[in-house]
Amino acid sequence: MGKFGQMMAQFDLLHAFWVTIQLSVLGALGALVIGTVVAIMRVSPVRSLQLFGAGYVNIIRNTPLTLLLFFCWFGLRISSGIQLGLPSDPTQVLSLRWAIIAVAVYHASFVAEAIRSGVNTVPQGQAEAARAIGLGFFDSLRHVVLPQAFRGAVAPLGNVLIALIKNTTVAATIGLYEAAYTMKGMIEFYPQLLYVTFALIALGFIILTLPTGIFFTSMSRKVAVQR
Amino acid sequence: MTDSVSDPSVAEPGRTDAEADATPIPSHVDTSAAPLVDIVGVNKHFGDLHVLQDINLSVSKGEVVVVLGPSGSGKSTLCRTINRLETIDNGRISIDGVPLPEEGRALARLRADVGMVFQSFNLFAHKTIVENVTLGPIKVRGKSNAEARQHAMDLLERVGVANQADKYPAQLSGGQQQRVAIARALAMDPKVMLFDEPTSALDPEMVQEVLDVMVGLAKQGMTMIVVTHEMGFARKAADRVVFMSDGQIVEEDEPDAFFTNPQSTRAQDFLGKILSH
Ligand SMILES: Nc1ncnc2c1ncn2[C@@H]1O[C@H](COP(=O)(O)OP(=O)(O)OP(=O)(O)O)[C@@H](O)[C@H]1O
Ligand SMILES: [Mg+2]
Repeated sequence: MGKFGQMMAQFDLLHAFWVTIQLSVLGALGALVIGTVVAIMRVSPVRSLQLFGAGYVNIIRNTPLTLLLFFCWFGLRISSGIQLGLPSDPTQVLSLRWAIIAVAVYHASFVAEAIRSGVNTVPQGQAEAARAIGLGFFDSLRHVVLPQAFRGAVAPLGNVLIALIKNTTVAATIGLYEAAYTMKGMIEFYPQLLYVTFALIALGFIILTLPTGIFFTSMSRKVAVQR
Repeated sequence: MTDSVSDPSVAEPGRTDAEADATPIPSHVDTSAAPLVDIVGVNKHFGDLHVLQDINLSVSKGEVVVVLGPSGSGKSTLCRTINRLETIDNGRISIDGVPLPEEGRALARLRADVGMVFQSFNLFAHKTIVENVTLGPIKVRGKSNAEARQHAMDLLERVGVANQADKYPAQLSGGQQQRVAIARALAMDPKVMLFDEPTSALDPEMVQEVLDVMVGLAKQGMTMIVVTHEMGFARKAADRVVFMSDGQIVEEDEPDAFFTNPQSTRAQDFLGKILSH
Protein backbone atom coordinates (compact mmCIF):
# COMPACT_ATOMS: atom_id res chain seq x y z
CA MET A 1 0.00 0.00 0.00
CA GLY A 2 3.02 2.25 0.38
CA LYS A 3 3.35 2.58 -3.39
CA PHE A 4 -0.26 3.67 -3.62
CA GLY A 5 0.22 6.40 -1.05
CA GLN A 6 3.33 7.52 -2.87
CA MET A 7 1.46 7.69 -6.18
CA MET A 8 -1.40 9.66 -4.67
CA ALA A 9 1.06 12.10 -3.17
CA GLN A 10 2.85 12.54 -6.46
CA PHE A 11 -0.24 13.00 -8.61
CA ASP A 12 -2.92 15.45 -7.62
CA LEU A 13 -5.89 13.46 -8.82
CA LEU A 14 -8.44 15.79 -7.27
CA HIS A 15 -6.98 18.72 -9.12
CA ALA A 16 -6.94 16.68 -12.34
CA PHE A 17 -10.66 15.99 -11.97
CA TRP A 18 -11.25 19.61 -11.08
CA VAL A 19 -9.75 20.52 -14.47
CA THR A 20 -11.97 17.87 -16.12
CA ILE A 21 -15.00 19.40 -14.38
CA GLN A 22 -14.09 22.95 -15.44
CA LEU A 23 -13.60 21.80 -19.01
CA SER A 24 -16.91 19.89 -18.92
CA VAL A 25 -19.00 22.68 -17.39
CA LEU A 26 -17.59 25.54 -19.45
CA GLY A 27 -17.49 23.43 -22.60
CA ALA A 28 -21.12 22.41 -22.01
CA LEU A 29 -22.25 26.00 -21.47
CA GLY A 30 -20.49 27.06 -24.65
CA ALA A 31 -22.00 24.13 -26.53
CA LEU A 32 -25.47 25.04 -25.25
CA VAL A 33 -25.16 28.65 -26.39
CA ILE A 34 -23.64 27.86 -29.80
CA GLY A 35 -25.94 24.87 -30.30
CA THR A 36 -29.05 26.94 -29.54
CA VAL A 37 -28.00 29.61 -32.02
CA VAL A 38 -27.32 26.96 -34.68
CA ALA A 39 -30.68 25.29 -33.99
CA ILE A 40 -32.45 28.66 -34.35
CA MET A 41 -30.66 29.17 -37.67
CA ARG A 42 -31.87 25.78 -38.85
CA VAL A 43 -35.52 26.54 -38.07
CA SER A 44 -35.36 30.18 -39.22
CA PRO A 45 -37.19 31.24 -42.37
CA VAL A 46 -33.96 32.64 -43.86
CA ARG A 47 -32.52 30.25 -46.41
CA SER A 48 -28.88 31.28 -45.99
CA LEU A 49 -29.06 30.82 -42.21
CA GLN A 50 -30.68 27.40 -42.68
CA LEU A 51 -27.85 26.39 -44.96
CA PHE A 52 -25.22 27.69 -42.57
CA GLY A 53 -26.82 25.79 -39.68
CA ALA A 54 -27.07 22.59 -41.66
CA GLY A 55 -23.49 22.97 -42.85
CA TYR A 56 -22.23 23.55 -39.32
CA VAL A 57 -23.98 20.49 -37.93
CA ASN A 58 -22.98 18.18 -40.75
CA ILE A 59 -19.36 19.26 -40.96
CA ILE A 60 -18.58 19.55 -37.25
CA ARG A 61 -20.48 16.44 -36.22
CA ASN A 62 -18.57 14.34 -38.74
CA THR A 63 -15.14 15.73 -37.84
CA PRO A 64 -13.13 13.96 -35.12
CA LEU A 65 -12.85 16.06 -31.97
CA THR A 66 -9.08 15.48 -31.94
CA LEU A 67 -8.84 17.16 -35.32
CA LEU A 68 -10.75 20.19 -34.07
CA LEU A 69 -8.57 20.41 -30.98
CA PHE A 70 -5.32 20.15 -32.97
CA PHE A 71 -6.68 22.71 -35.40
CA CYS A 72 -7.23 25.10 -32.49
CA TRP A 73 -4.14 24.38 -30.43
CA PHE A 74 -1.47 23.84 -33.07
CA GLY A 75 -3.21 25.79 -35.81
CA LEU A 76 -5.12 28.84 -34.62
CA ARG A 77 -2.99 29.41 -31.52
CA ILE A 78 0.44 29.03 -33.10
CA SER A 79 0.14 29.69 -36.84
CA SER A 80 -2.64 32.27 -36.83
CA GLY A 81 -1.43 33.85 -33.66
CA ILE A 82 -4.92 34.11 -32.12
CA GLN A 83 -4.37 34.81 -28.43
CA LEU A 84 -6.70 33.62 -25.71
CA GLY A 85 -5.09 35.66 -23.00
CA LEU A 86 -1.66 37.10 -22.35
CA PRO A 87 1.49 35.39 -23.66
CA SER A 88 2.62 35.35 -20.04
CA ASP A 89 -0.32 33.14 -19.00
CA PRO A 90 0.77 29.63 -18.04
CA THR A 91 0.45 27.04 -20.81
CA GLN A 92 -2.01 25.09 -18.66
CA VAL A 93 -4.38 28.06 -18.59
CA LEU A 94 -4.12 28.53 -22.36
CA SER A 95 -4.60 24.86 -23.17
CA LEU A 96 -7.68 24.74 -20.94
CA ARG A 97 -9.16 27.71 -22.80
CA TRP A 98 -8.49 26.24 -26.23
CA ALA A 99 -9.83 22.86 -25.11
CA ILE A 100 -13.02 24.54 -23.87
CA ILE A 101 -13.46 26.11 -27.30
CA ALA A 102 -12.89 22.86 -29.20
CA VAL A 103 -15.21 20.91 -26.86
CA ALA A 104 -17.91 23.60 -27.10
CA VAL A 105 -17.72 23.94 -30.88
CA TYR A 106 -17.79 20.18 -31.40
CA HIS A 107 -20.64 19.36 -29.03
CA ALA A 108 -22.67 22.35 -30.20
CA SER A 109 -23.49 20.34 -33.31
CA PHE A 110 -25.03 17.60 -31.16
CA VAL A 111 -26.82 20.15 -28.97
CA ALA A 112 -28.27 21.76 -32.11
CA GLU A 113 -29.61 18.39 -33.25
CA ALA A 114 -31.08 17.66 -29.82
CA ILE A 115 -32.84 21.03 -29.74
CA ARG A 116 -34.07 20.61 -33.28
CA SER A 117 -35.56 17.26 -32.33
CA GLY A 118 -37.20 19.12 -29.42
CA VAL A 119 -38.55 21.75 -31.82
CA ASN A 120 -40.09 18.94 -33.84
CA THR A 121 -42.07 17.84 -30.78
CA VAL A 122 -43.86 21.22 -30.76
CA PRO A 123 -46.95 21.07 -32.99
CA GLN A 124 -46.72 23.41 -35.98
CA GLY A 125 -50.11 24.85 -35.07
CA GLN A 126 -48.74 26.42 -31.89
CA ALA A 127 -46.12 28.33 -33.85
CA GLU A 128 -48.88 29.50 -36.20
CA ALA A 129 -51.06 30.53 -33.27
CA ALA A 130 -48.12 32.52 -31.87
CA ARG A 131 -47.66 34.32 -35.17
CA ALA A 132 -51.40 34.84 -35.44
CA ILE A 133 -51.49 36.86 -32.20
CA GLY A 134 -48.75 39.08 -33.60
CA LEU A 135 -45.59 37.62 -32.10
CA GLY A 136 -42.59 37.98 -34.40
CA PHE A 137 -40.22 35.16 -35.28
CA PHE A 138 -37.98 35.62 -32.24
CA ASP A 139 -40.80 36.18 -29.77
CA SER A 140 -42.60 33.06 -31.04
CA LEU A 141 -39.39 31.10 -30.58
CA ARG A 142 -38.68 32.56 -27.19
CA HIS A 143 -42.09 32.28 -25.62
CA VAL A 144 -43.73 29.36 -27.39
CA VAL A 145 -41.42 27.09 -29.36
CA LEU A 146 -38.11 27.01 -27.47
CA PRO A 147 -39.48 26.55 -23.93
CA GLN A 148 -41.26 23.44 -25.17
CA ALA A 149 -38.36 22.39 -27.39
CA PHE A 150 -35.93 22.47 -24.45
CA ARG A 151 -38.31 20.36 -22.37
CA GLY A 152 -38.59 17.87 -25.19
CA ALA A 153 -34.81 17.94 -25.61
CA VAL A 154 -33.83 17.34 -21.97
CA ALA A 155 -33.17 13.61 -22.38
CA PRO A 156 -31.08 13.91 -25.58
CA LEU A 157 -29.23 16.91 -24.08
CA GLY A 158 -28.36 14.71 -21.09
CA ASN A 159 -26.85 12.17 -23.46
CA VAL A 160 -24.82 14.90 -25.14
CA LEU A 161 -23.53 16.08 -21.76
CA ILE A 162 -22.45 12.57 -20.76
CA ALA A 163 -20.61 12.13 -24.05
CA LEU A 164 -19.05 15.56 -23.58
CA ILE A 165 -17.72 14.74 -20.10
CA LYS A 166 -16.04 11.61 -21.43
CA ASN A 167 -14.78 13.40 -24.55
CA THR A 168 -12.93 16.02 -22.48
CA THR A 169 -10.16 13.40 -22.14
CA VAL A 170 -9.08 14.35 -25.66
CA ALA A 171 -7.45 17.42 -24.06
CA ALA A 172 -4.74 15.06 -22.78
CA THR A 173 -3.36 15.12 -26.33
CA ILE A 174 -2.42 18.80 -25.98
CA GLY A 175 -0.93 18.26 -22.54
CA LEU A 176 -3.73 19.58 -20.34
CA TYR A 177 -3.39 18.09 -16.84
CA GLU A 178 -6.86 16.65 -16.69
CA ALA A 179 -7.93 13.17 -15.58
CA ALA A 180 -6.71 11.15 -18.58
CA TYR A 181 -3.36 12.92 -18.80
CA THR A 182 -2.81 12.30 -15.11
CA MET A 183 -3.71 8.65 -15.58
CA LYS A 184 -1.06 8.37 -18.30
CA GLY A 185 1.55 9.69 -15.88
CA MET A 186 0.41 7.38 -13.10
CA ILE A 187 0.70 4.33 -15.36
CA GLU A 188 4.14 5.37 -16.56
CA PHE A 189 5.53 5.79 -13.05
CA TYR A 190 3.55 3.05 -11.28
CA PRO A 191 2.90 0.31 -13.86
CA GLN A 192 2.39 -2.20 -11.04
CA LEU A 193 -0.71 -0.22 -9.98
CA LEU A 194 -2.26 -0.33 -13.46
CA TYR A 195 -5.55 -1.89 -12.41
CA VAL A 196 -5.98 0.32 -9.37
CA THR A 197 -5.20 3.39 -11.44
CA PHE A 198 -7.68 2.44 -14.14
CA ALA A 199 -10.38 1.69 -11.57
CA LEU A 200 -9.76 4.99 -9.82
CA ILE A 201 -9.98 7.14 -12.94
CA ALA A 202 -12.94 5.21 -14.32
CA LEU A 203 -14.70 5.62 -10.96
CA GLY A 204 -14.07 9.36 -11.13
CA PHE A 205 -15.84 9.54 -14.49
CA ILE A 206 -18.68 7.36 -13.31
CA ILE A 207 -19.18 9.69 -10.34
CA LEU A 208 -19.53 12.54 -12.83
CA THR A 209 -21.65 10.85 -15.48
CA LEU A 210 -23.98 8.52 -13.60
CA PRO A 211 -25.73 11.22 -11.52
CA THR A 212 -25.86 13.42 -14.63
CA GLY A 213 -27.77 10.67 -16.45
CA ILE A 214 -30.14 10.09 -13.53
CA PHE A 215 -30.72 13.81 -13.11
CA PHE A 216 -31.53 14.38 -16.77
CA THR A 217 -33.84 11.38 -16.97
CA SER A 218 -35.87 12.50 -13.97
CA MET A 219 -35.85 16.11 -15.19
CA SER A 220 -37.14 15.10 -18.59
CA ARG A 221 -40.07 13.39 -16.91
CA LYS A 222 -40.74 16.27 -14.59
CA VAL A 223 -40.75 19.03 -17.22
CA ALA A 224 -42.46 17.04 -19.98
CA VAL A 225 -45.25 19.07 -21.59
CA GLN A 226 -48.66 17.43 -21.34
CA ARG A 227 -50.36 17.17 -24.69
CA MET B 1 -55.30 50.48 -50.82
CA THR B 2 -56.75 53.98 -51.06
CA ASP B 3 -54.63 54.92 -54.03
CA SER B 4 -55.56 51.83 -56.01
CA VAL B 5 -59.25 52.35 -55.31
CA SER B 6 -59.18 55.94 -56.49
CA ASP B 7 -57.18 54.89 -59.50
CA PRO B 8 -59.74 54.11 -62.20
CA SER B 9 -57.20 52.28 -64.32
CA VAL B 10 -57.05 49.44 -61.80
CA ALA B 11 -59.60 46.90 -62.82
CA GLU B 12 -61.20 44.82 -60.13
CA PRO B 13 -62.06 41.60 -61.87
CA GLY B 14 -65.15 39.72 -60.89
CA ARG B 15 -66.51 42.50 -58.72
CA THR B 16 -69.70 43.30 -60.49
CA ASP B 17 -72.24 45.59 -58.98
CA ALA B 18 -74.94 43.12 -59.78
CA GLU B 19 -73.33 40.67 -57.41
CA ALA B 20 -73.15 43.19 -54.59
CA ASP B 21 -76.76 44.23 -55.18
CA ALA B 22 -77.97 40.69 -55.03
CA THR B 23 -77.32 40.52 -51.30
CA PRO B 24 -79.42 42.84 -49.17
CA ILE B 25 -77.29 44.34 -46.46
CA PRO B 26 -78.45 44.18 -42.87
CA SER B 27 -78.61 47.45 -41.02
CA HIS B 28 -75.88 46.66 -38.46
CA VAL B 29 -73.32 46.21 -41.19
CA ASP B 30 -71.43 49.39 -41.96
CA THR B 31 -70.93 49.52 -45.71
CA SER B 32 -70.43 53.26 -45.89
CA ALA B 33 -66.78 53.00 -44.93
CA ALA B 34 -64.13 51.11 -46.88
CA PRO B 35 -64.40 47.37 -46.39
CA LEU B 36 -62.61 46.01 -43.33
CA VAL B 37 -61.30 43.03 -45.23
CA ASP B 38 -60.79 43.50 -48.94
CA ILE B 39 -59.63 40.62 -51.11
CA VAL B 40 -59.17 41.47 -54.76
CA GLY B 41 -58.15 39.18 -57.60
CA VAL B 42 -56.23 36.76 -55.38
CA ASN B 43 -54.60 33.69 -56.88
CA LYS B 44 -52.58 31.01 -55.20
CA HIS B 45 -51.01 27.75 -56.31
CA PHE B 46 -49.69 24.81 -54.34
CA GLY B 47 -47.38 23.44 -57.02
CA ASP B 48 -49.66 22.67 -59.94
CA LEU B 49 -52.81 22.97 -57.86
CA HIS B 50 -54.60 26.30 -58.37
CA VAL B 51 -56.13 26.49 -54.87
CA LEU B 52 -57.39 30.07 -55.05
CA GLN B 53 -58.63 31.26 -58.41
CA ASP B 54 -59.22 34.97 -58.81
CA ILE B 55 -60.87 35.37 -55.42
CA ASN B 56 -62.75 38.60 -54.70
CA LEU B 57 -64.36 39.12 -51.35
CA SER B 58 -64.94 42.17 -49.27
CA VAL B 59 -66.24 42.11 -45.76
CA SER B 60 -67.63 45.22 -44.11
CA LYS B 61 -67.24 46.21 -40.50
CA GLY B 62 -69.63 44.22 -38.33
CA GLU B 63 -70.39 41.70 -41.03
CA VAL B 64 -70.43 37.96 -40.39
CA VAL B 65 -69.51 35.88 -43.43
CA VAL B 66 -69.74 32.11 -43.44
CA VAL B 67 -67.59 30.29 -45.97
CA LEU B 68 -68.57 26.81 -46.94
CA GLY B 69 -67.79 24.32 -49.64
CA PRO B 70 -66.56 20.80 -50.21
CA SER B 71 -63.34 19.49 -48.72
CA GLY B 72 -60.31 20.73 -50.62
CA SER B 73 -62.11 23.69 -52.14
CA GLY B 74 -59.64 26.16 -50.60
CA LYS B 75 -61.58 27.50 -47.61
CA SER B 76 -58.74 27.08 -45.10
CA THR B 77 -56.24 28.46 -47.56
CA LEU B 78 -58.39 31.54 -48.12
CA CYS B 79 -58.77 32.04 -44.38
CA ARG B 80 -55.02 31.71 -43.83
CA THR B 81 -54.12 34.18 -46.56
CA ILE B 82 -56.04 36.89 -44.70
CA ASN B 83 -53.38 37.05 -41.98
CA ARG B 84 -50.68 35.86 -44.34
CA LEU B 85 -50.09 32.50 -42.72
CA GLU B 86 -50.21 31.58 -46.41
CA THR B 87 -48.67 33.84 -49.02
CA ILE B 88 -50.47 34.63 -52.27
CA ASP B 89 -49.18 34.55 -55.84
CA ASN B 90 -50.91 37.73 -56.92
CA GLY B 91 -53.86 39.95 -56.12
CA ARG B 92 -54.34 42.20 -53.13
CA ILE B 93 -55.55 41.79 -49.58
CA SER B 94 -56.08 44.74 -47.28
CA ILE B 95 -57.26 44.94 -43.70
CA ASP B 96 -58.95 48.19 -42.71
CA GLY B 97 -57.46 49.89 -45.75
CA VAL B 98 -53.90 48.68 -45.13
CA PRO B 99 -52.44 46.21 -47.64
CA LEU B 100 -50.96 43.13 -45.97
CA PRO B 101 -47.26 43.79 -45.34
CA GLU B 102 -44.83 41.25 -46.77
CA GLU B 103 -43.17 40.32 -43.50
CA GLY B 104 -41.41 41.66 -40.43
CA ARG B 105 -42.77 43.92 -37.72
CA ALA B 106 -45.45 45.48 -39.88
CA LEU B 107 -46.90 42.06 -40.62
CA ALA B 108 -46.77 41.06 -36.95
CA ARG B 109 -48.58 44.28 -36.02
CA LEU B 110 -51.27 43.58 -38.57
CA ARG B 111 -51.69 40.00 -37.42
CA ALA B 112 -52.27 41.29 -33.91
CA ASP B 113 -55.41 43.00 -35.28
CA VAL B 114 -56.70 39.82 -36.90
CA GLY B 115 -57.86 37.16 -34.48
CA MET B 116 -57.65 33.56 -35.61
CA VAL B 117 -59.26 30.44 -34.22
CA PHE B 118 -58.02 27.11 -35.53
CA GLN B 119 -59.73 23.76 -35.91
CA SER B 120 -57.19 22.17 -33.56
CA PHE B 121 -57.28 24.96 -30.90
CA ASN B 122 -53.46 25.28 -30.86
CA LEU B 123 -53.25 26.49 -27.28
CA PHE B 124 -49.69 26.88 -25.95
CA ALA B 125 -49.28 23.56 -24.13
CA HIS B 126 -46.65 24.76 -21.62
CA LYS B 127 -48.65 27.77 -20.47
CA THR B 128 -51.67 27.92 -18.21
CA ILE B 129 -55.03 28.98 -19.59
CA VAL B 130 -54.70 32.54 -18.34
CA GLU B 131 -51.09 32.75 -19.57
CA ASN B 132 -52.29 31.66 -23.00
CA VAL B 133 -54.62 34.63 -23.02
CA THR B 134 -52.18 37.20 -21.58
CA LEU B 135 -49.13 36.35 -23.72
CA GLY B 136 -50.15 38.47 -26.70
CA PRO B 137 -51.36 41.50 -24.73
CA ILE B 138 -48.14 41.54 -22.65
CA LYS B 139 -45.59 40.84 -25.38
CA VAL B 140 -47.28 42.44 -28.38
CA ARG B 141 -49.43 45.20 -26.90
CA GLY B 142 -47.06 45.98 -24.04
CA LYS B 143 -49.72 45.77 -21.34
CA SER B 144 -48.74 45.27 -17.72
CA ASN B 145 -49.14 41.79 -16.24
CA ALA B 146 -51.88 42.94 -13.90
CA GLU B 147 -53.85 44.72 -16.60
CA ALA B 148 -53.50 41.81 -19.02
CA ARG B 149 -54.56 39.32 -16.38
CA GLN B 150 -57.62 41.38 -15.43
CA HIS B 151 -58.72 41.61 -19.06
CA ALA B 152 -57.97 37.90 -19.60
CA MET B 153 -60.09 36.91 -16.60
CA ASP B 154 -62.97 39.01 -17.92
CA LEU B 155 -62.71 37.28 -21.30
CA LEU B 156 -62.45 33.82 -19.74
CA GLU B 157 -65.52 34.69 -17.70
CA ARG B 158 -67.29 35.69 -20.88
CA VAL B 159 -66.52 32.38 -22.62
CA GLY B 160 -67.32 30.46 -19.43
CA VAL B 161 -63.95 28.99 -18.44
CA ALA B 162 -62.74 31.45 -15.80
CA ASN B 163 -62.72 28.65 -13.22
CA GLN B 164 -60.07 26.81 -15.28
CA ALA B 165 -57.69 29.78 -15.47
CA ASP B 166 -54.72 28.16 -13.74
CA LYS B 167 -54.95 24.76 -15.40
CA TYR B 168 -52.99 23.64 -18.45
CA PRO B 169 -54.64 23.13 -21.85
CA ALA B 170 -54.30 19.33 -21.73
CA GLN B 171 -56.50 19.31 -18.60
CA LEU B 172 -59.44 20.89 -20.43
CA SER B 173 -62.04 19.38 -22.74
CA GLY B 174 -61.94 20.25 -26.43
CA GLY B 175 -64.88 22.62 -26.12
CA GLN B 176 -63.24 24.43 -23.22
CA GLN B 177 -59.94 24.65 -25.08
CA GLN B 178 -61.63 26.15 -28.11
CA ARG B 179 -63.38 28.74 -25.97
CA VAL B 180 -60.00 29.63 -24.45
CA ALA B 181 -58.62 29.96 -27.98
CA ILE B 182 -61.43 32.41 -28.75
CA ALA B 183 -60.61 34.37 -25.59
CA ARG B 184 -56.92 34.39 -26.56
CA ALA B 185 -57.79 35.91 -29.93
CA LEU B 186 -60.23 38.43 -28.38
CA ALA B 187 -57.59 39.57 -25.89
CA MET B 188 -55.82 41.35 -28.73
CA ASP B 189 -58.96 43.45 -29.40
CA PRO B 190 -58.96 42.31 -33.02
CA LYS B 191 -60.71 44.18 -35.80
CA VAL B 192 -61.81 40.93 -37.38
CA MET B 193 -61.92 37.31 -36.29
CA LEU B 194 -61.17 34.37 -38.57
CA PHE B 195 -62.50 30.93 -37.66
CA ASP B 196 -61.38 27.84 -39.56
CA GLU B 197 -63.81 25.04 -38.80
CA PRO B 198 -63.76 25.82 -35.08
CA THR B 199 -66.11 23.02 -34.15
CA SER B 200 -65.13 20.19 -36.45
CA ALA B 201 -62.55 18.68 -34.09
CA LEU B 202 -65.04 18.64 -31.21
CA ASP B 203 -67.17 15.87 -29.80
CA PRO B 204 -70.78 16.56 -30.81
CA GLU B 205 -71.88 17.47 -27.28
CA MET B 206 -69.31 20.29 -27.15
CA VAL B 207 -70.14 21.92 -30.47
CA GLN B 208 -72.98 24.02 -29.11
CA GLU B 209 -71.02 25.65 -26.28
CA VAL B 210 -68.51 26.97 -28.81
CA LEU B 211 -71.18 28.06 -31.29
CA ASP B 212 -73.00 29.91 -28.50
CA VAL B 213 -69.88 31.96 -27.81
CA MET B 214 -69.54 32.72 -31.52
CA VAL B 215 -73.16 33.75 -31.87
CA GLY B 216 -72.67 36.05 -28.88
CA LEU B 217 -69.68 37.63 -30.58
CA ALA B 218 -71.59 38.12 -33.80
CA LYS B 219 -74.43 39.80 -31.89
CA GLN B 220 -71.95 42.19 -30.30
CA GLY B 221 -70.95 43.37 -33.74
CA MET B 222 -67.63 41.55 -34.23
CA THR B 223 -66.60 41.27 -37.86
CA MET B 224 -66.21 37.56 -38.52
CA ILE B 225 -65.17 35.25 -41.33
CA VAL B 226 -66.15 31.74 -40.40
CA VAL B 227 -65.40 28.54 -42.26
CA THR B 228 -67.99 26.11 -40.96
CA HIS B 229 -70.55 23.61 -42.03
CA GLU B 230 -72.77 24.40 -39.05
CA MET B 231 -75.87 25.61 -40.82
CA GLY B 232 -77.53 26.48 -37.55
CA PHE B 233 -74.80 29.03 -36.95
CA ALA B 234 -74.96 30.33 -40.51
CA ARG B 235 -78.71 30.86 -40.28
CA LYS B 236 -78.62 32.40 -36.84
CA ALA B 237 -75.57 34.64 -37.11
CA ALA B 238 -74.36 35.08 -40.67
CA ASP B 239 -75.14 38.04 -42.88
CA ARG B 240 -73.79 36.32 -45.93
CA VAL B 241 -72.81 32.85 -47.05
CA VAL B 242 -69.95 32.39 -49.48
CA PHE B 243 -69.83 29.07 -51.28
CA MET B 244 -66.47 27.88 -52.57
CA SER B 245 -65.71 25.03 -54.88
CA ASP B 246 -62.46 24.06 -56.61
CA GLY B 247 -60.71 27.25 -55.58
CA GLN B 248 -63.43 29.60 -56.75
CA ILE B 249 -66.17 31.56 -55.06
CA VAL B 250 -69.13 30.12 -56.91
CA GLU B 251 -71.99 31.78 -55.13
CA GLU B 252 -72.75 34.28 -52.35
CA ASP B 253 -76.09 35.04 -50.80
CA GLU B 254 -78.00 35.62 -47.60
CA PRO B 255 -78.08 32.42 -45.55
CA ASP B 256 -81.80 31.74 -45.92
CA ALA B 257 -81.77 32.34 -49.64
CA PHE B 258 -78.64 30.26 -50.10
CA PHE B 259 -79.89 27.28 -48.14
CA THR B 260 -83.39 27.26 -49.60
CA ASN B 261 -82.62 28.30 -53.12
CA PRO B 262 -79.01 27.74 -54.20
CA GLN B 263 -78.36 28.96 -57.73
CA SER B 264 -75.39 26.94 -58.95
CA THR B 265 -75.48 23.19 -59.50
CA ARG B 266 -72.30 22.80 -57.44
CA ALA B 267 -73.97 24.46 -54.46
CA GLN B 268 -77.10 22.35 -54.98
CA ASP B 269 -75.02 19.15 -55.02
CA PHE B 270 -73.09 20.24 -51.95
CA LEU B 271 -76.19 21.15 -49.96
CA GLY B 272 -77.84 17.94 -51.06
CA LYS B 273 -74.97 16.02 -49.53
CA ILE B 274 -74.73 17.83 -46.22
CA LEU B 275 -78.49 18.03 -45.75
CA SER B 276 -79.06 14.37 -46.44
CA HIS B 277 -77.47 13.30 -43.16
N1 LIG C 1 -49.38 23.32 -47.61
C1 LIG C 1 -49.96 22.73 -48.68
N2 LIG C 1 -49.20 22.19 -49.66
C2 LIG C 1 -49.77 21.61 -50.74
N3 LIG C 1 -51.09 21.50 -50.91
C3 LIG C 1 -51.90 22.01 -49.97
C4 LIG C 1 -51.37 22.64 -48.80
N4 LIG C 1 -52.41 23.04 -48.03
C5 LIG C 1 -53.51 22.68 -48.69
N5 LIG C 1 -53.23 22.06 -49.86
C6 LIG C 1 -54.20 21.57 -50.85
O1 LIG C 1 -54.96 22.67 -51.28
C7 LIG C 1 -56.31 22.31 -51.45
C8 LIG C 1 -57.18 23.22 -50.63
O2 LIG C 1 -56.92 22.99 -49.28
P1 LIG C 1 -57.72 23.69 -48.11
O3 LIG C 1 -57.17 23.16 -46.84
O4 LIG C 1 -57.72 25.15 -48.30
O5 LIG C 1 -59.18 23.12 -48.36
P2 LIG C 1 -60.46 23.24 -47.44
O6 LIG C 1 -61.53 23.80 -48.29
O7 LIG C 1 -60.13 23.94 -46.19
O8 LIG C 1 -60.79 21.72 -47.15
P3 LIG C 1 -61.32 21.02 -45.81
O9 LIG C 1 -62.79 21.19 -45.80
O10 LIG C 1 -60.92 19.60 -46.01
O11 LIG C 1 -60.64 21.66 -44.67
C9 LIG C 1 -56.40 20.84 -51.06
O12 LIG C 1 -56.41 20.08 -52.23
C10 LIG C 1 -55.17 20.60 -50.25
O13 LIG C 1 -54.74 19.27 -50.42
MG1 LIG D 1 -59.98 23.36 -44.17
